[in-house]
Amino acid sequence: MSEKIATRDAYGKTLLELGRENSKIVVLDADLSGSTKTGLFAKEFPERFFNAGIAEANMVGMAAGLSAGGMIPFASTFAVFASGRAFEQIRQSLAYPRLNAKIVATHGGITVGEDGGSHQSVEDLAIMRALPNMTVLCPADGPETAAAVRAVAEYDGPVYMRLGRAKVPCVFEEGFDYRIGAGKLVREGTDLTFVTTGLMTAQALDAACILEEGGVSARVVHLGTVKPLDVDLVLKAARETGALVTAEEHSVIGGLGGAVCETLAEGFPVPVERVGLRDVFGQSGTAEELLLHYGLTPAELVEAAQRVLKRKSR
Amino acid sequence: MLDEQKVQELNDTARQLRVDVLKMLNTARSGHTGGSLSALDVLTVLFFQTMRHDPTNPHWPDRDRFVLSKGHAAPALYACLAHGGYFPPEDLKTLRRLGSHLQGHPDMRKTPGVEVCTGSLGQGLSQAVGLSLAARLQKRSSRTYCLLGDGEVQEGQIWEAAMAAAHYQLDNLCVLLDWNGLQIDGEVQKVMGVTPLGPKFLAFGWHVLEVDGHDISAINRALDEAARYSGKPTMIVARTVKGKGVPFFEHKANYHGVPPSDDELDRALEHLGHS
Repeated sequence: MSEKIATRDAYGKTLLELGRENSKIVVLDADLSGSTKTGLFAKEFPERFFNAGIAEANMVGMAAGLSAGGMIPFASTFAVFASGRAFEQIRQSLAYPRLNAKIVATHGGITVGEDGGSHQSVEDLAIMRALPNMTVLCPADGPETAAAVRAVAEYDGPVYMRLGRAKVPCVFEEGFDYRIGAGKLVREGTDLTFVTTGLMTAQALDAACILEEGGVSARVVHLGTVKPLDVDLVLKAARETGALVTAEEHSVIGGLGGAVCETLAEGFPVPVERVGLRDVFGQSGTAEELLLHYGLTPAELVEAAQRVLKRKSR
Repeated sequence: MLDEQKVQELNDTARQLRVDVLKMLNTARSGHTGGSLSALDVLTVLFFQTMRHDPTNPHWPDRDRFVLSKGHAAPALYACLAHGGYFPPEDLKTLRRLGSHLQGHPDMRKTPGVEVCTGSLGQGLSQAVGLSLAARLQKRSSRTYCLLGDGEVQEGQIWEAAMAAAHYQLDNLCVLLDWNGLQIDGEVQKVMGVTPLGPKFLAFGWHVLEVDGHDISAINRALDEAARYSGKPTMIVARTVKGKGVPFFEHKANYHGVPPSDDELDRALEHLGHS
């Protein structure tokens, strides 16, 4: 976990590579191509890049038409606008007809930082997860983002991929084996399992090291695909470790925590603690300050692990 | 230019399609009568004169595309597709039934000949822009046609798409606006004024034409002119009558989303010379 890369940077770089390999790839943005990193593609392939201007709903509709016309569109803007302002367009024009179009939403979660709560998506995974036909991805780091963008270009169907603004540590190595829908066991453990997505996977690995010093063996399972959920991997963790802590840079309602609890309730109920935003909007601050303020830290994960272990032994 | 015989033929087709629409809606016991009838003459010219398409090969890559943005006029589109040979006319009886390929609003995954999913108003034009861009990127001569409702242009996304179509100089895109003046809650101008329509699109950078939306020759002339025009998308504002063809449905907002009763169907068919 040495190098830090922003997932949006990995996206921009991979999109450019894909553009060189596949002439069907087209890219759309809504006046944020510098921030979402689609500008790299736009510079080399201006004829295949469409800036919709500050008009997210139309951008999604254009992506739908481009897809129906045989192209493979990647449309990008900030997560809060993609999942919020253009929700109904994504529902009606993309997900309902199961079109082959990709929404890659950057600046997800609270680590957008200083722009404040208005720009921090804390509910996008829940919103997109509720849509039939929609695949929802939330990569942990740069290498996973690069692999996911390539997999998504090959996959035939609508995808929502959530990326971040801030640089994050690498959990995976370049060229690792990636598959949409498959979770990753990133650390073995027997007493409990951290089930995590996005940048929280790196935090959970740190938490697992801290717990190990106290004699607690924590497994870490990373779910880079929030939907479809890797049910087998989650149930296996529940059976083998008997307690789970979910962690996400998102509301605890309806996102990864919600998905895992739904799965366990129907499959193998065990005690769960959910780490995430507790039904609140974010606020201005640096990414680091916000992660600390909202308890998205290794220390909070350790406390959640201790809570869930107490419930496990009852 | 259409000769008299062709005009007569298209008028006959439109009359037959009106019969199909009324029967379909009566059988379904739900659906949108007024806006299906107002749009029918425009659709007739598009499907049976203007557009290059092949019902035996619905996915022919060089076909022209049609987007029914006012998706509640689906019965009119289905009548055109059935009459055109995309599926058997008997299927029209299954409109809005469980398991039918004829959904309440157009569904590209279920009905041959339907290009995109529409029905949530305001979204079709954006998709038409995307289809036009795709045709241009693939260097195809395909044109995209899109039918908007006049109430529908109250949606802001229409104007986002109007901006984009002009910005990208989409002269392979032609939109027809079904200006029947009525929406569910009453007169469009009383619910939320949309006029002037032509000048608004002109100001957004479009080539704008206005026609009588029930005059087959005039509609055809406008579509021909649109196809010849380069550098801008064309908007054809078609003045229409809600419920056109059935006198007791005409100009009535309360027939927006109401199907004909058995008695009304009989009287309507009699009027259309189809008793």
